[in-house]
Amino acid sequence: MSRPGTVVSFPGHYPEMVPAPRSGEGVEIRIQGLGKSFGDKQVLSDLDLRIRPGEFVAVVGHSGCGKSTLLRLIAGLERPSAGGIAIDGAPVAGQVAAARIMFQDARLLPWRRVAQNVGIGKRGDWRAAAVAALGQVGLAERADEWPAVLSGGQRQRVALARALISHPRLLLLDEPLGSLDALTRLEMQQLLEEVWREQGFTAVLVTHDVGEAVALADRIILLDGGRASLVQAVDHPRPRRRGDAALAEIEGRILARLMQRGQPLL
Amino acid sequence: MPSPTLEAGDSLFAPRTSTTPVRRRRVAARLRARAGALIPWLLPILLLAAWQLLTQSGLVSTRILPTLSAVAKAGFKLALSGELFEHMGISFARALAGLVVGGVIGFALGLANGLSQASARLLDSSLQMIRNVPHLALIPLVILWFGIDESAKLFLVALGVFFPIYQNTYHGVRTVDPGLIEMGRVYGLGRRELFWQVILPGALPSILVGLRYALGFMWLTLIVAETISASSGIGYLTMNAREFLQTDVVVLGILIYALLGKLADMATAVLERRCLAWHPAFQAPVAA
Repeated sequence: MSRPGTVVSFPGHYPEMVPAPRSGEGVEIRIQGLGKSFGDKQVLSDLDLRIRPGEFVAVVGHSGCGKSTLLRLIAGLERPSAGGIAIDGAPVAGQVAAARIMFQDARLLPWRRVAQNVGIGKRGDWRAAAVAALGQVGLAERADEWPAVLSGGQRQRVALARALISHPRLLLLDEPLGSLDALTRLEMQQLLEEVWREQGFTAVLVTHDVGEAVALADRIILLDGGRASLVQAVDHPRPRRRGDAALAEIEGRILARLMQRGQPLL
Repeated sequence: MPSPTLEAGDSLFAPRTSTTPVRRRRVAARLRARAGALIPWLLPILLLAAWQLLTQSGLVSTRILPTLSAVAKAGFKLALSGELFEHMGISFARALAGLVVGGVIGFALGLANGLSQASARLLDSSLQMIRNVPHLALIPLVILWFGIDESAKLFLVALGVFFPIYQNTYHGVRTVDPGLIEMGRVYGLGRRELFWQVILPGALPSILVGLRYALGFMWLTLIVAETISASSGIGYLTMNAREFLQTDVVVLGILIYALLGKLADMATAVLERRCLAWHPAFQAPVAA
């Protein structure tokens, strides 16, 4: 088993045509001895992890393994019970301004037009920026619609635009594609990878879908019993082709590890 | 023999016509499509026609129920003398004043209790206790306190309006999707912005339901208050007419209450359509 920090997977190799992530824009995350318990239920214990600036890390594991809690701790939405998290060297205390979260549901305000949703919390002349961000996710022409008329995939794209408009240095993804149909999910994965490579933010993706983790991540963390039981580098050129044998092998290895626990999935 | 699925379809689209022939049902459907806007008026018009026929033919004595035309004549006469509009204006002003006073207090307390746990703990259980007292039972006390002048009616109407608005505002604020509030925080909304952009619009559908109920209570309370003690207003007009056995004016007063109630309801419907344009339930069928 490899320890976090010992895996050299970044920056990886990129085809000529695609610019490498602009390092220096993403934040660095250091997690040390992190523990979190709710009542007497220990969710995370003694977790160590270092995430490099601009790295794309996926966190997989069984339901209730603490994936989402880890994400909320990084965002500063929860306080750790033990240990701590530092972002660019500064300990997290309260909400992290550089971070944006994409939730499992899009969480658009139904009473605001699409563009207003994207520009939420922005001051001054946000409209142009909102339309530009919508353009990035291919929805510029839907700027003046109500969210209610959009499909689930479109809503998540609006949520992505809303996250991108403030040029976050850290994007936290809490199973944002979990409720989409298979094809839409693949499209969204592609889109996520594109904007990540363009903007160079650090990304932490929590997912149930090991295939998704393998397709997107530089590194995959398997959480089990509150600790990182496996850290798997995916040192593979991008964009990654679905069904690639090497990727499938990694996916198989992680799945085997997940199933090994002797407990049913879910 | 019709299959179970066919029967289920029938009951879905035309619950009362499952025994009528298909042809008649089709005609009905076409009529419905063409005269959709008139359908809400069908029943009132039929009722009015039946009323006129029954009373004119003598099947129902005009001492029990005057003819529709007699009521219309009485209304016309009162309108000409200006008496009708004077009383209507007075009733309307009373209703509005009570609505504003009770509504503002109810809205403010509902917001306070919805937003602040401490405020809710302090006030809500007491308010729920008072809510369970029928406010019309307070009339004797109110007359002792305020006499029979305007403040008594204002107090009663305000009290009647207060609870539905309070209750629904409180409920609306409490049930705003916590996911949206968390999203607002993560996306940098301050407390004030969070209130104006997330909490208030999220609570609005419930608040408007409260307003609709409140309007019902508003008329109810006003009618009772005006019939018991007043020297003006529609309630007074009808009570006065009763003493002189003017059944036509009594019925006119009742019809006017129905119309005023309908008007208030239409006003809320317009408000709902404007404020809840984002809501899927208010989008498709109503062309703005």
